[in-house]
Amino acid sequence: MGGMAAPQVAPVETPDTDEVPAADRQWVTIVWDDPVNLMTYVTWVFQKLFGYSRERAEQLMLDVHHKGRAVVSTGARERMEHDASQLHAYGLWATVDRS
Amino acid sequence: MSMFRRQAGRYVATFAVDEVRVLRKVASEVVGLLTDGFDHTDPVVGRLFPAVYPKDAPGTAEFRRYTEGDLKTAKIDQAGAILAALPDDAGGEVRLDAEAAEAWLRALNDARLAMGVRLEIKDGTDLGEELDDAVAEDPASSRVFQLSVYAYLGYLQESLLNALID
Repeated sequence: MGGMAAPQVAPVETPDTDEVPAADRQWVTIVWDDPVNLMTYVTWVFQKLFGYSRERAEQLMLDVHHKGRAVVSTGARERMEHDASQLHAYGLWATVDRS
Repeated sequence: MSMFRRQAGRYVATFAVDEVRVLRKVASEVVGLLTDGFDHTDPVVGRLFPAVYPKDAPGTAEFRRYTEGDLKTAKIDQAGAILAALPDDAGGEVRLDAEAAEAWLRALNDARLAMGVRLEIKDGTDLGEELDDAVAEDPASSRVFQLSVYAYLGYLQESLLNALID
């Protein structure tokens, strides 16, 4: 695990600045590489939880695998904690951090 | 070894009695780990319930206060989905609907995560090599059995996932 690669993934969506306070846009959910999860399973979880296309989910999975981590979602802190909790239910190693 | 296949909207596999016993054992062990044996200092529990803020213990504790109960219940339920679908101490067919199939996927993954920690599986671990080494040391050892079960669960999980995706 580890690797200091900067997140290579653009934010999931451009927040509507009228509705989302700046302070709420400063958080990310990160998934870390682990030696057990199957690559096909990780891809499937990203599609399932985030509704990402197969192509995008695969790219994220490869980022996790090769770079040690990838940002999988961006947004308000509470939302990121929700995402992390969902990812934990699927057995992925997810953390939340400031972007 | 059994594989899942899709059949008329169901996910179907036929298990030998030994497979049923192994699956029942690993699912029961996960339930045990999440109930009586629940201990945050156990590295397996640490892996199944990762610190959401690795550098912020109070933040992680706060997050756990709100989420851990539900997460634990979800993991117990998904292991329970395996136990509920297995035949009683005999070989036989397992037929899963889409919801049960997804519960099985998550539960098989939890069981593999738990075994992976105990077996010290690392990035780049070659399971075949590990197994050969363990057999050379003592073919009757618990490590040989555990490695075989770990490999089997991965194979089964992949077959179920492929059946779901196809």
